[in-house]
Amino acid sequence: MNYPILEKRLLAENIWSMTVEAPRVARSARPGQFVIVRAGETGERIPLTVADYDAERGSVTIVIQTIGVSTRKICTLEVGEALTDFAGPLGHPSEFVLHPDAAEGRRYLFIAGGVGTAPVYPQVKWLHEHGVRADVIIGAKTRDMLIYTDEMRAVADTLHIATDDGSAGFHGLVTQLLEQLVAQGEHYDEVVAIGPMIMMKFVAATTRKYGLKTTVSLNALMVDGTGMCGACRVTVGGRTRFTCVDGPEFDAHEVDFDEAMRRQAMYRSEEQRRAAIEAERAAGHVCRIGLSNR
Amino acid sequence: MANYRNIPRVPVREQDPVQRAANFEEVCYGYDADEALTEASRCLHCKNPRCVAACPVNIRIPDFIAALHDGDTARAAAIIGEDSSLPSVCGRVCPQETQCEGSCVLGIKGEPVAIGKLERYVGDWQLEHGAECVRTAPRNGRRVAVVGSGPAGLACASDLAKMGYGVKVFEALHKVGGVLVYGIPEFRLPKERIVAREIDAVKALGVEFETDVIVGRTVTVDSLLDEEGFDAVFIGSGAGLPRFMGIAGENFNGVVSANEFLTRTNLMHAYDPTYDTPIYVGRRVVVVGGGNVAMDAVRTAKRLGAEAAIVYRRSEKELPARAEEVHHARMEGIEFRMLTNPVEVLGDDKGWVRGIRCVEMELGEPDASGRRSPVAKAGSEFDMACDVVVMALGTSPNPLLAATTAGLETDRRGCISADAEGATTREGVFAGGDAVTGAATVILAMGAGRKAAKAIDTYLKNKR
Repeated sequence: MNYPILEKRLLAENIWSMTVEAPRVARSARPGQFVIVRAGETGERIPLTVADYDAERGSVTIVIQTIGVSTRKICTLEVGEALTDFAGPLGHPSEFVLHPDAAEGRRYLFIAGGVGTAPVYPQVKWLHEHGVRADVIIGAKTRDMLIYTDEMRAVADTLHIATDDGSAGFHGLVTQLLEQLVAQGEHYDEVVAIGPMIMMKFVAATTRKYGLKTTVSLNALMVDGTGMCGACRVTVGGRTRFTCVDGPEFDAHEVDFDEAMRRQAMYRSEEQRRAAIEAERAAGHVCRIGLSNR
Repeated sequence: MANYRNIPRVPVREQDPVQRAANFEEVCYGYDADEALTEASRCLHCKNPRCVAACPVNIRIPDFIAALHDGDTARAAAIIGEDSSLPSVCGRVCPQETQCEGSCVLGIKGEPVAIGKLERYVGDWQLEHGAECVRTAPRNGRRVAVVGSGPAGLACASDLAKMGYGVKVFEALHKVGGVLVYGIPEFRLPKERIVAREIDAVKALGVEFETDVIVGRTVTVDSLLDEEGFDAVFIGSGAGLPRFMGIAGENFNGVVSANEFLTRTNLMHAYDPTYDTPIYVGRRVVVVGGGNVAMDAVRTAKRLGAEAAIVYRRSEKELPARAEEVHHARMEGIEFRMLTNPVEVLGDDKGWVRGIRCVEMELGEPDASGRRSPVAKAGSEFDMACDVVVMALGTSPNPLLAATTAGLETDRRGCISADAEGATTREGVFAGGDAVTGAATVILAMGAGRKAAKAIDTYLKNKR
């Protein structure tokens, strides 16, 4: 199958937004779900959360940060070219989508970090369309790394910005801003945090103090994304779960983040090795010490 | 022909064990025309052929062997084709020693006829000569959706297409073939030369394939019936969910399911540096389990450059893997630790596997399966050093389809409930293969797919 790229936009350094023609996925996607994407016949299957979808147009938007060979490969594709595979939607939709009645009258706080801001958007949008109040904190290292601020402002009750260096909004970490909001007397019924694993871990630790229900969306390693491989195993409440079919969203206070972070790094050295080979190859260098053919 | 019975079974040529343990080329070369002819002459053509009864799809074995012996390979292919749609595959992966060959009269005093190798020869000849005599009925205007492109789905789809149905197969992965593509390794079942061509033959019947469709998520059984205009659905989605042991340390980095290990290698070509998917092998790999999947995983690990060992809790006699696979593995230098059961995976201070703690077992009373159940010997704990542990403990069906299809019942193991013909508890929905039986064999799945095709035909004719 082929999935043409309809739009492509650079959101921040190394962060791209792509809108892809995938009518079946667009029709079935719900907030909280993800897709598996592959570029080229030799490409890796990469799980990416859905940032937006338009059933009528038959398109789905994904946001990708170039962190390795495969994500870079996806991002080199231009409008008019096509992704080789775009399978989904996978995983369960967010709980409030499955049980909209339970969300009524509640007040949500979303905490979005880095590229994790993208999958927060369809959730806030959905709540907004269903008349549920949701505030959003978007966190980034610095002003230039902030994404989706305009889109989010349009659907969030209140949008807060936090940057590590203070170049925009609150000067500090999202957890510090969260503490400040609570100290100011803001009341939330539920927190949803999506971002780097380390951020989600500290959000969970912070909200635990307040006894505040918190949901996280895990970006575990996956091969098939349909429950077949178990690469995405995560310990939740002392039980092993598969992120792809049991998640990707879990109760943050039950997740073993240290294990999840360790497992996420499983192939990092292997990826770096391949990236180095790729760079060498691109530079026209032929490896003579056997790195390229183990 | 009675004179020929003293001819010994024609040995099959194989790739040298030392060489093949370092590559992914096919291990067994199969028979050439002369070898096939000689082996075919050994068949006694029994009046009551026990081999036919022992074949899960009752291929007319003596008849195809007779045709082969007469030099009419095309007729041999046509005879097999009446009952099997994947002879090149089944000739390679069927457990013949417990089925057709296991009941061959010649096997009582000597070596049985090499039925599997002859089937493989005929299947490969057919792929080579494109000689399948396709007699397709005129299109009857009715459409059937098939979920899953593994052995069950392929068999069901090709039979329905031959009967005149419009058939579309939906596959969740990016490549068609199911377990033939993601599970069984290249060195046992070549993907381009055999699997892709068997699938091409199904396509030639007019069957359409759509990849990247996860039925239950991308579409549902209901949307296929109600919105996409299919008149019936066949579910052949297999048993893809891996089991783990539930022991301590199982989530350390370096513990993987056999499904993951094999999918990275087979489907994603991680052994080929031109592909992007990584695989971590380390220096020493321990594979836990004794089935065919365990043998595939351990031999794959060896080919990826690791020292590789099997750990199995029963004795060699109980190994569920095919004798041929165990034999091949031994020749390739695989270590076998029988009557050994892991109790804990050991990790280093960074959370990576450094070994596996096992206990020695002894065989006690026979259990429900008739096999003597293993019992741990007190105080027999010992550690094996390794970097990777592969869990090959079996698989169960994915609950997604049952969870998203109203009225589709499953049993307590999560297998879809279906009658002998494949009819499920939901009208118009049929199922077969591992999705119904739990993990079994290619030939049983294929047989179930064909039975369901007949049942679907009957159902749709009555509905008319």
